[in-house]
Amino acid sequence: MSEKLGAAQTPALQVTDLKLSYRVRGRDREAIRGVTFTINRGESYGLVGESGCGKSTVAYAAMRYLPSNGKITSGTIVLDGRDMLAMDGDELRQLRAKAVSMVYQNPGTALNPTIRVGDQLVESFVTAGVHRHEAGERALAMLRQVQISDPTGVMSRYAHQLSGGMQQRVVIAMALASDPTLLILDEPTTGLDATVEAEVLDLIRNLRATFGTSVLFISHNLGVIARMCDRVGVLYAGRMVEEGPAWELLTNPRHPYTVGLLRCIPRWGLSKELGALDTIPGFPPGIGAAVKGCVFADRCGLVQDICRTKEPGLDPVGEGHASRCHFSDIAQTLPSAERDMVPRPPVPETGRSALSIHNLRRTMRQQGSSFQALAGIDLEIAPGEVFGLVGESGSGKTTLARSVVGLGAPDAGSEISLEGKPLPAKVGQRSRDQVRAIQIVFQNPDASLNRRHAVRQILGRALTKLTGVHGEQRARRVVELSESVRLDAALLDALPRQLSGGLKQRVGIARAFAGEPHLVICDEPTSALDVSVQAAILNLLVRLQRDRNLSYIFISHDLGVVRYISDRIGVLYLGRLMEVGPADVVFRAPHHPYTEALLSAAPSLEVREEHRIRLSGDVPSAAKPPSGCVFHTRCPRKTGAICEQEQPPLAEEEPGHFIRCHIPIEELRRLQKPEAAKEAG
Amino acid sequence: MSAVISFPRLETAASARRQAWTERLRLALRTPSLLVGAAVVLFWILCAIFAAKIAPYDPLQPDILHKLLPPSAAHRFGTDGLGRDVLSRVIFGSRGILVAAPLATLLGTVGGTAIGLVAGYFRGLVEEVLMRITDAFLALPTIVTALLVLAAVGGSTTTVILVIGLGFAPIIARTVRAAVLSEAQLEYVEAAKLRQERAPYVMFVEILPNVMGPVLVEFTVRLGYAVFAIATLSFLGFGIPPPAPDWGLTIAEQYTYLIANLWWPVLFPALAIASVVIAVNLFADGLSQVLER
Repeated sequence: MSEKLGAAQTPALQVTDLKLSYRVRGRDREAIRGVTFTINRGESYGLVGESGCGKSTVAYAAMRYLPSNGKITSGTIVLDGRDMLAMDGDELRQLRAKAVSMVYQNPGTALNPTIRVGDQLVESFVTAGVHRHEAGERALAMLRQVQISDPTGVMSRYAHQLSGGMQQRVVIAMALASDPTLLILDEPTTGLDATVEAEVLDLIRNLRATFGTSVLFISHNLGVIARMCDRVGVLYAGRMVEEGPAWELLTNPRHPYTVGLLRCIPRWGLSKELGALDTIPGFPPGIGAAVKGCVFADRCGLVQDICRTKEPGLDPVGEGHASRCHFSDIAQTLPSAERDMVPRPPVPETGRSALSIHNLRRTMRQQGSSFQALAGIDLEIAPGEVFGLVGESGSGKTTLARSVVGLGAPDAGSEISLEGKPLPAKVGQRSRDQVRAIQIVFQNPDASLNRRHAVRQILGRALTKLTGVHGEQRARRVVELSESVRLDAALLDALPRQLSGGLKQRVGIARAFAGEPHLVICDEPTSALDVSVQAAILNLLVRLQRDRNLSYIFISHDLGVVRYISDRIGVLYLGRLMEVGPADVVFRAPHHPYTEALLSAAPSLEVREEHRIRLSGDVPSAAKPPSGCVFHTRCPRKTGAICEQEQPPLAEEEPGHFIRCHIPIEELRRLQKPEAAKEAG
Repeated sequence: MSAVISFPRLETAASARRQAWTERLRLALRTPSLLVGAAVVLFWILCAIFAAKIAPYDPLQPDILHKLLPPSAAHRFGTDGLGRDVLSRVIFGSRGILVAAPLATLLGTVGGTAIGLVAGYFRGLVEEVLMRITDAFLALPTIVTALLVLAAVGGSTTTVILVIGLGFAPIIARTVRAAVLSEAQLEYVEAAKLRQERAPYVMFVEILPNVMGPVLVEFTVRLGYAVFAIATLSFLGFGIPPPAPDWGLTIAEQYTYLIANLWWPVLFPALAIASVVIAVNLFADGLSQVLER
């Protein structure tokens, strides 16, 4: 600690004009085209940008930990006052052991599955120079510091016995073992649930205050960056395009790319009735592509001739705020890329139901024990309605989706009917009309599209099986289908891996729409995508739904996205619906305490730090659901014994608004008052 | 590292596809083990095809007056116990093995792939039954089983191919099943079920192309073993009957001369077997490197 204070003048990390290339297919391709930034002592610096912009590469370069084909071609990296590029292997190893630590995105793979968590943690203390006798105690103390429950027990467990949030706490504890000067966090909460993410982010903030560690925080999530960072750098195509104090940069962006990125995000309270989301058309230049002038010129709505010939400098535009743009003063006037604004709000037909689910139960067996993944779901979805489904992982969202499409049979007594007619449980027993009526868009297009089939084959086969067209007619329909999802017909012969993530998901959507379905289930269709691509996909889904007046069940962990696209929302917890109601009503207080916690946990750009509700602990195991109200173990508003003894009914508290809680709605309204104020402001 | 992946600018999809192939080819050309293996195998294939043109003598023509001559200008590899030219016999010997080994391996690969696909896709009882039978076969040593069968039915090239092929099928079935298990969990398989595809379509059109990598690698690895196994069977006298110039058979016929320090009738066929086995293994190794990228 004292050493750190003594060295307060030297920055923790100083990267100057870093250029880096990867050797791919025999040619050096430039991935980082000159990046300069400084992280001061105790400062938290955020790097944002879409995937492929070089965020992770910069982080790995900062540790000089690059794959064998990566080469730093120019620039300097000074970590803790020492020149990284002048070091040999031994010095580097020393430095990495003591001065810099890294926390990766996926804690599950960052921990060794065959070594007890405690032993791994002790090892990182020993590597950092602590004597083996002391290391055990230090490890235990560190686990307490990362606020893990039952630290002694955790020490003797294996990684797979811990939840994702606990694993990430262990990884953070390991990273802090050496009391590093610089802690690099590479998307540390991307794989976690919102409530767990909020907790882990709080923890990182607190630890930073305790240890005085400098942080390089990498995230694609601008809300997380806003919450966690003092200063932010925006990377685009391996070039720093804007840099400034976090709040200033996110509220007053001065580069068209930052402006565009911020506009892509479905903001709090934004819904499809208020207009389409803005997108950033085009693709970033690939690594190694020759760029003349401004790197963003090809996608910029404000582009002028000068942008293509002369690269702008990173010029100051405010206090510590710089933008690499010739027109930074008018950056915020960036025209909207999305033309079909403000579509007509749909009129959900009343009286008839597209899908009706009654008492849906699903018991799953896992290693001998059985648990209820779905514990009696009742749901009606109207034609033309978008029903949003939210909840943490393990809440049963995907199980519900799979039951509806007919993958995996629900328990006896469950009823699912389509347009009034009962639906056989398994897809194999359904008629062709029933099959084509309900289709699904999967989360990950890499897994849901056959890697060896060209787009034409993927779409053509779906058309044949679902509508029975052949030959020339089929060829014509394939083109129409691809056009309906705005997929260039020239791409029909491409294999999925030749397409970008957004294009791949368009193929997945086109396949689901091949049979002109009445109900499409969207299972996290945008969570694997960048925000600009997400916006385009959401716009597409909204347009398709409007044009054909079909229904969606839209599953997402991103509340902003669900709020944007949904007419009604259901909140799922441990296989039970806790709240159902119109989207704006559910998001506005009064709501179920669980919904309240979910909303509070979501990182947003609008709300600066204020009172937040945190859920402690993890979701209880579905094999042993808590008695009474299943949420009582984590509920911040638990009233007393009744919550532990009696399961509250899903009662209609207001017209169309159902809440499963013992607390009367008037009481909830009073308790959640500050939330209501926030929503209005 | 995700940052390394860039997506190609697509003028047309066809050109992108071609690009993917040239990329793979270029990678193959930079993999030395693949190149060396392919060169040696190609050499032997050419020998087999043009044996009649290359070989200086008739491989079957005995010449008792010139038996057991050491390597010289007239007989570069010397002559054997019956005065036949060793070089010519080695060249002609490539024919039998280069036909039998690939056929046997192909048979085993096709059978094993089918078993593996069915077991991995259907799971449950089907998998249980198929894999237990496979395990039972795996417990039998290939050569010993082959000897028993050949002793019972009598040796011929066809039976050797059948026996070796059947012996390989269980091994390949296990590999394919493992690959299918992870593939079958991917959502494209569910997407196929959601349009009511029949099981054979899902197995052979959807899943099979995605497990071809491991299948190809397994094929080449097994090919090396097949060359070795067939040579061993001939050596033990259960393969192609004499006087064929088969390598394994030749070694069996001539190895008694080793005691008298007459090494050439044995050494050259032995080297031939070794070179084919090693080359095929190098090729397999290189291939798996290329496919894993």
